[in-house]
Amino acid sequence: MIPPKFAYRRAGSAEEAVSLLAEYGDEAKILAGGHSLLPLMKLRLAQPEFLIDIGRVHELSYIRGEADHIAVGALTRYHDLEHSELLAAELPLLAHASGKVGDPQVRHRGTIGGSIAHGESASDVPAVVLALDGTLVVSGPSGVREIPSSEFFLGPFETVLEPDELLTEIRLPRPASPGWSFQKLTSRAIDWAIVAVAVQGSSVGLVNMGSTPLRATATERALADGASITDAAARAAEGTSPFADRNASPEYRKHLARVLVRRGLEEAAGRAG
Amino acid sequence: MNVTITVNGEKTSHEVEDRTLLVHHLRDVVGLTATNVGCDTSTCGACTVLVNGESVKSCTVLAAQVDGDEVQTLEGLAGENGELDPMQSAFREHHALQCGFCTPGMVMAATSLLRENPHPTEEEVRAALKGNLCRCTGYHNIVQAIMSAAESAEGAR
Ligand SMILES: Cc1cc2nc3c(=O)[nH]c(=O)nc-3n(C[C@H](O)[C@H](O)[C@H](O)COP(=O)(O)OP(=O)(O)OC[C@H]3O[C@@H](n4cnc5c(N)ncnc54)[C@H](O)[C@@H]3O)c2cc1C
Ligand code: FES
Ligand code: FES
Repeated sequence: MIPPKFAYRRAGSAEEAVSLLAEYGDEAKILAGGHSLLPLMKLRLAQPEFLIDIGRVHELSYIRGEADHIAVGALTRYHDLEHSELLAAELPLLAHASGKVGDPQVRHRGTIGGSIAHGESASDVPAVVLALDGTLVVSGPSGVREIPSSEFFLGPFETVLEPDELLTEIRLPRPASPGWSFQKLTSRAIDWAIVAVAVQGSSVGLVNMGSTPLRATATERALADGASITDAAARAAEGTSPFADRNASPEYRKHLARVLVRRGLEEAAGRAG
Repeated sequence: MNVTITVNGEKTSHEVEDRTLLVHHLRDVVGLTATNVGCDTSTCGACTVLVNGESVKSCTVLAAQVDGDEVQTLEGLAGENGELDPMQSAFREHHALQCGFCTPGMVMAATSLLRENPHPTEEEVRAALKGNLCRCTGYHNIVQAIMSAAESAEGAR
């Protein structure tokens, strides 16, 4: 399968990418790793007239420790997140979850920014960013805005990003509680999660439990009220409406959420010591 | 657009359509046909090549994206007089192929793995092959071949 025709533009800097987006508007799409966009284009599910390749914008690829948060450039690949010493020490949840995405070839190309901008609820890292209370930094023609991850995801493949905006940085506050866990259940090794759960302290993110990545709010509230892990985890699927596909029914997904949240909270508590 | 890629150490330069996929560029334009297209949906790994030393699925990369980069295909592994590279020898030695369709991608994925992790455990080898499907061998001998290539590289050091 060959993608439909488009004109390829390579951006040399984040600034150039933003001005190319302004020039081409709705007809253009950013190309980062291409591992979500190119498969969609092959299937004619996306047919942009222009692709703006940010693959060489090295200034968008970094992992930096700042005073109160870790800053990750949007173009940082899963492979770099997985092997980052800084993340291993300060945010092992993100490093570990990145190492569970796809396969090594996918992780050599796919980027954290692409995963978040794509807004797919089956993706692993968006739920991690949500559980970590991350902030998304976005550049557009009218300047820079910072968006809390809790307000970023709107629906399937839909986020608050405007077509002329570039996601540049993901800011992740240093977690107050060190215990973490990432639980991902797949049908075959290479598959996406049927359901996955990201836990940091008593924050819980859910993968594939609805049309966007979610927080298990009922579980989090129960924990805050002093409930046991078992009782809090039993509420993990409250307020979710997962869909059916060939891997699982909504009921099975809810069951998995409860089980994986319990395992995740137990593992996180064990790690917190 | 014009795409300049160093393929197996040799500089190539061609005018291609913007939408050309790397795997088609390598097979149809550069003329290196070891790299196979299996699924064409980034699942099977038959199209795996190395870009700047790292494994990628060339059915899901545009030739334009690797303009200026180094690409290595299976053809680039063997020595000048055709002697097999240690990973290729190990695959042969351990009967790690039957029909051979997955083999170029397997060998390149394995080569990338050992560059990143020269002493993998069996579990790590299996995890690293997640993105490479084989319909014939049951993987067992492929894993054995990679473990033995890692050991012989250690012996040679
Ligand atoms: C075989 C396979 C298995 C996979 N398995 C998993 C898995 O298990 N878990 C998982 O989470 N994901 C999985 N993925 C998806 C993979 O993680 C994608 O690479 C990732 O979701 C998108 O990142 P990308 O850099 O490739 O983005 P691209 O495909 O380049 O872009 C995706 C979308 O985001 C937009 N975009 C990208 N960067 C920016 C930016 N900086 N600003 C604004 N918009 C931007 C693009 O315009 C496009 O619409 C898999 C993919 C494949 C091919
Ligand atoms: S042909 Fe590229 S992964 Fe199957
Ligand atoms: S040897 Fe036939 S697919 Fe692997």
